[in-house]
Amino acid sequence: MLELLVNGEKVSVDVDPSTPLLWVLRDHLDMTGTKYGCGIAQCGACTIHLDGVATRCCVLPVSAAQGKAITTIEGLSAEGDHPVQQAWIELDTPQCGYCQPGMIMAAAALLNETPQPTDDDINQRITNLCRCGTFVRVRAGIHRAAELASEVKA
Amino acid sequence: MNPNQPEQTVDVSRRRFLVGSIAGVTGLTVGLSLPLGASQEPGVDAFEDEINAWVIVNEDDSVIVRVARSEMGQGTLTGLVQMVAEELACDWDKVTWEFPTPGQSLARDRPWGSFSTGGSRGIRDSHQYVREGGAIARELLLAAAAQTWSVAIKDCVAKDSVITHLPTGNSTTFGAVATLAATLKAPSDVTLKDPADWTVIGQSVPRLDTAEKVTGALRYGADLTLPGMLHAAIHACPVHGGKRRGVDASAAKSMPGVRHVLSVADDAVAVVADSWWQAKQALAKVNIEWDTGTNGQVNSRTIAAMLREGLEATDAFVGNSRGQTLETLADAEELVTAEYSYPFQNHAPMEPMNATVVWTDQSCEAWVPTQNGEAALEALADAAGLFRDKCEVHKLMLGGGFGRRANHDFLIQATQIAKQLPGVPVKLLWSREEDQLRGVYHPITQSRMTAKLNDDGLPEAMHIRISGQSILHALRAPLGEPQIDQAVFQALAPEGEHAFVYGIDHFLADHAMRNTHLRPWFLRGVNINQNVFYLESFLDELAAKAVTDPLEYRRKLLTQAPKALAVLERAAANAGWGRPLAPGSGLGLALCKAFGSYVAACAEVSVIDGELHMKKIWAATDPGYAVNPQQIEAQVSGSFMYGLSAALYSELTVENGRVEQENFNSYPSMKIAQMPDVETDVMPSGGFWGGVGEPTIAVAAPAVLNAVYAATGVRIRHLPVKNQPLA
Ligand code: FES
Ligand code: FES
Repeated sequence: MLELLVNGEKVSVDVDPSTPLLWVLRDHLDMTGTKYGCGIAQCGACTIHLDGVATRCCVLPVSAAQGKAITTIEGLSAEGDHPVQQAWIELDTPQCGYCQPGMIMAAAALLNETPQPTDDDINQRITNLCRCGTFVRVRAGIHRAAELASEVKA
Repeated sequence: MNPNQPEQTVDVSRRRFLVGSIAGVTGLTVGLSLPLGASQEPGVDAFEDEINAWVIVNEDDSVIVRVARSEMGQGTLTGLVQMVAEELACDWDKVTWEFPTPGQSLARDRPWGSFSTGGSRGIRDSHQYVREGGAIARELLLAAAAQTWSVAIKDCVAKDSVITHLPTGNSTTFGAVATLAATLKAPSDVTLKDPADWTVIGQSVPRLDTAEKVTGALRYGADLTLPGMLHAAIHACPVHGGKRRGVDASAAKSMPGVRHVLSVADDAVAVVADSWWQAKQALAKVNIEWDTGTNGQVNSRTIAAMLREGLEATDAFVGNSRGQTLETLADAEELVTAEYSYPFQNHAPMEPMNATVVWTDQSCEAWVPTQNGEAALEALADAAGLFRDKCEVHKLMLGGGFGRRANHDFLIQATQIAKQLPGVPVKLLWSREEDQLRGVYHPITQSRMTAKLNDDGLPEAMHIRISGQSILHALRAPLGEPQIDQAVFQALAPEGEHAFVYGIDHFLADHAMRNTHLRPWFLRGVNINQNVFYLESFLDELAAKAVTDPLEYRRKLLTQAPKALAVLERAAANAGWGRPLAPGSGLGLALCKAFGSYVAACAEVSVIDGELHMKKIWAATDPGYAVNPQQIEAQVSGSFMYGLSAALYSELTVENGRVEQENFNSYPSMKIAQMPDVETDVMPSGGFWGGVGEPTIAVAAPAVLNAVYAATGVRIRHLPVKNQPLA
């Protein structure tokens, strides 16, 4: 049995420690918001936060996540109203939406570290793929989320 | 679910059960809806409360609109609901939606028409009957109110879900009369609103499916969980047409979680396990010997040589011929010629192919992200060995489609697996590698462009020879000899939705069909992607040869095509065509008519130290009627990403009969850093219905590459760009 801390809750899973965290979330915990897109850390669909840091969990053995705080899209906000989620709704950013949980988690992590990111910051830190091509609204959405977050603080 | 639970069959005695957290997700009921083994028609009792096939009104005035086409990100779902709501005259804020199933369609004699979602057809092929569906429902609600009040229907009006009797001012709501309305007989004909009176169509309303896409709550096919479900991973012969010769599964069988190692058809092996990861790990340990036949000797060089031969061939299918093209060219003192090529490409939607199937010898049910529910039902029934009325398909939202999910090879495999495990739901999920290797690909072609210029430098005659694959031939192959494939001439056609827009007196487009064993298929944009790249690049070459401004040059060829000219002028004007630019920067144009719409783009790029920077693209689109302008904008912007990703990086090469690019590391896709800003001018001129999901793809590459030429003098004639120096 492995103990994990997922979205603030302790869970235990009976699984081979080398299993990537992605498949523990999806197949063992039935938390399917975190997506499979490539399995080789290329696409970002599986992005979660590990102790607050954006992490592609398709290549992360579950054993390496032990003792760390795992946040998935399901736990990003209680009501689905994280500033990034709000901005995404405001701008109607998703198309098919499959990449968006990963995209949103990457954006949220960026804003945690850099509350007012420049376009250059976005270019360097958001490397997720989106085959529907939502990038124009993703970029606008990150700037809008930064605004929303600073309004909350003010 | 606990993947360690013993294998179990589903409880087929319950008519319908809802599954875990999936229940309650908008518009989606997941559960076994077929009374397995019973003769009852699928889901008929679900229709008692409807006003008509399109509309359900609940007591609380909430409205459910049924949508038969699939939603894969393109926004058709919201657009179609807008069209029903427009005629229904309901309160937009009270509207939700649901997918009817193909089984219901079959049982009810197709009240929703076609389920097929492709060819940018979702709106433009169904606007009439979808609006009529809404109008009939409105008339029924009005009739119910009139009957309740014992007044004439003609004195009643509906607006925002409220019905008012004009002479008395009495009012009621849709919800209050819905039950009665559901019992009345539908009027045989209805009058649709004049477009000038539209209040919902034409509005940039938000999509109806965004909320659950930002919380992770939406379950895609890949996310489906059913009680007792097992997970399957599959590997089919990476050389298309090859067969399984021998399988050694001894190592895999004893691996943790593995339940079965199965042969699937004559060309694949699947591992079924408690979790997908276990299945995939075990599959890697199965030793499979393939018989790849002669296909195993094919490679990119042999294919290129075959296509090259087609450029010279005397025999070709003629798709468009006006004037005396070959004679005029033969008489010319000087010809301008250029050769272009376009590679195999894969759709690569973010969600890999998947399907979940449960089979018994009495019935079969599938949960599928599909672009065509009806075709999926047919494929399912065929593979299940059952009649269609004993089968059912539940459509899920698609994690991207781009044409790939109109092919049901993966569903057939899932059914073949499920058939070996009666009563057990099995979810087959392809790995990204399988998705690349077992794709159905954008057809490979080469072209030779030949023109004779007149004294004004304009093309008096032009010949476009295309050599390469035919999608329709691959579909018809069992029927024998190749016939002309008209789809090859998209954007080059004599007339219709893909009409060639330029006024050139002597024009010939012909096709030397050269097929390979790699399966060609419809990929977003289909044949306009290469045709418009060939044509618009070559026109730019001709303009350069004539030392004429590329915009001015096109203007002279568009005197008979005002709508095409209008979008071109708009894109160019918005971009500030003709303004001074820094050295190493350039503007480029491209235009086409495709899927019934007129689209143009003007791209601004700079090339610094041989590196391409795409700054901004100004796009103009005339789809006739624009149902939801902000979604058209999203489609246009997304089309640039898809088209430019393809043009810059995407190429499948073939060695020993198999595709070499197995994942996004060797088959890259554009990231946000490369994405140009996009400004879209939606300029509906009215009077026709054009598609918006695909046309813009075609202008992406030529606009950018014409800009590259303007910036550097380097002409790119072969895609992808990545293989060539820009300085
Ligand atoms: S699935 Fe993890 S990066 Fe693609
Ligand atoms: S929204 Fe479809 S892949 Fe990003």
